[in-house]
Amino acid sequence: MDFQVRREHRLLIQMYRAFAQNEVRPLAKEVDEQERFPLETVRKMARFGFMGIPFPKEYGGQGGDNLAYILAVEEISKVCGTTGVILSAHTSLCAAPIFEFGSEAQKQAYLPALAKGEKLGAFALTEPNAGTDAAGQQCTAELQGDHYLLNGTKIFITNAQFADIYLVFAMTDKAKGTRGISAFIVEKGMAGFRIGKKEEKMGIRGSATCELIFENVNVPVANLLGREGGGFGLAMKTLDGGRIGIAAQALGLAQGAIDETLAYSKERKQFGKSIASFQNSQFQLADMQTRTDAARLLVYRAAALKDAKQPYSVEAAMAKLFASETAMDVTTKAVQLHGGYGYTREYPVERMMRDAKITEIYEGTSEVQRMVISAHLLR
Amino acid sequence: MNIVVCIKQVPDTTEVRIDPATGTLIREGVPSIINPDDKAGLEAALALKGAVGATVTALSMGPPQAEIALREALAMGADHAVLISDKRFGGADTWATSITLASALRRLGFDLILCGRQAIDGDTAQVGPQIAEHLGIPQVSYVSEIQKVGDRLQVKRMFENGYQRLSVPMPCLLTVLKEMNAPRYMNVGGVFDAFRAEIPVWTVDDLDVDRAQIGLKGSPTRVKKSYTKGTKSAGKVYEVEPQEGARIIVEHLREKFII
Repeated sequence: MDFQVRREHRLLIQMYRAFAQNEVRPLAKEVDEQERFPLETVRKMARFGFMGIPFPKEYGGQGGDNLAYILAVEEISKVCGTTGVILSAHTSLCAAPIFEFGSEAQKQAYLPALAKGEKLGAFALTEPNAGTDAAGQQCTAELQGDHYLLNGTKIFITNAQFADIYLVFAMTDKAKGTRGISAFIVEKGMAGFRIGKKEEKMGIRGSATCELIFENVNVPVANLLGREGGGFGLAMKTLDGGRIGIAAQALGLAQGAIDETLAYSKERKQFGKSIASFQNSQFQLADMQTRTDAARLLVYRAAALKDAKQPYSVEAAMAKLFASETAMDVTTKAVQLHGGYGYTREYPVERMMRDAKITEIYEGTSEVQRMVISAHLLR
Repeated sequence: MNIVVCIKQVPDTTEVRIDPATGTLIREGVPSIINPDDKAGLEAALALKGAVGATVTALSMGPPQAEIALREALAMGADHAVLISDKRFGGADTWATSITLASALRRLGFDLILCGRQAIDGDTAQVGPQIAEHLGIPQVSYVSEIQKVGDRLQVKRMFENGYQRLSVPMPCLLTVLKEMNAPRYMNVGGVFDAFRAEIPVWTVDDLDVDRAQIGLKGSPTRVKKSYTKGTKSAGKVYEVEPQEGARIIVEHLREKFII
């Protein structure tokens, strides 16, 4: 059993870390406070290959693996949760399902531009009345000759107006329930497709989260991803992969908060000595790092299983559940160890705490992860 | 144009630990990086490749783990990499190192050799100039700008308080400063390609080199004693006009009988 990442991954971590420190960290505060989508960072990430890490070179990717991809999400999320989720949603929720479920023609048409980062991807499943109960889709897609007529509204869509390619789920046959859901590749600029209300969020405030509105959008039959009626299964499988990305985002947030707290606790003096010299700080830090390392092993295991083409759905749920709850716990402790300063926006730990909360909610709440895990145990 | 960049893997710390018995570096437990001046040389080579076209080869002499530094060079965009590694080269000083590298460079062929000014662990700044001497080619040290004009290079050579602009014929060797550029990031796909690439490892048997002039035995330098310098006291800060400052300095120098 080998708990070390391979040499190429270690070299990648070195590169990701330099990139995150020099290019991502300086913008993190501003991106949060101004609720600004860091488009310039996305372009830079594209230049160095971040937007297509696990896809083969023949489709414009980097020829890497899932571990290499989630390591990037982790390193970037250490300094900016917003940038971490942009990368994760693009890769796991749009490019990956096109790569895994797309026809050769669809892969040729969409994957290279996504993998090179020339185009940004998004995933549209959630609706006002279909959150955790994703089967309650109200969006409809009606077959009319060579196209489907798409109608309905999606909400909470990451990358929203900055995306170019959207994976959209809609009912093609309401009578069939989940077996009546299909997945479509929708392009920005299709007539009748527009961006609605922008959400004002607690955390990951730089990531655009909007409503998508479809009014009689003609989607060519060629844009049906997978088979008609296969959309629900496709969405669930896509979310299995996405959960590893969000778990890595949570892991990065936790580690980032620890790194900040280590530096602060050595600097901050109370009662004539650094707060790092108090046993309470030491024990808290020990717990924070131990829990984060445990999360890391779960996250890397899930990614390694996906790379080995073995079942990973339960392991991804465990990684996401544990890493996100760890992120919430660790960032809260980080704020506490920073004391009053931790509650101010002068230090990044309050932002990390706000960013961490969403990881317990999106791409399957902690409760959904527990359902997935227990269903596997009790089957 | 064939560019060979000599890179050294060095410990990523200013606190280099030295084995008191042998006076050589202890590498264990210290993260390793490409020496910063050498990395600037690599970036300069890759920039030239982008501007006028070139084949860039990274060359390193060191223990087997120096291979990682070469893979990093490949991931940044170098076309080839060669590692010179053999226990018999161990303990080499700058003389033995430059003789070994010069021999490898003869085997590789080159139009331009780029070396970093100096390594952050040894700080001698000798290996680059010595290589040029062994090869009998022109050299310019402390270079901060390189441009190819026709079949010559126009370079800017930095001094503490000025600079020279020089035109150099090729083949030649330049030693460059880390301040000259900001080395590019590795590329994600480049890292995977770098680990798929074969890096030839050359031993003594692959080089036409005088065996009496390599390794510890071939090194005329003898380290008498190595030690970590003690920290000095914090010193005094005067915030005064320049004239008064000069007066205070002279007074202190006199007190210590320095002047």
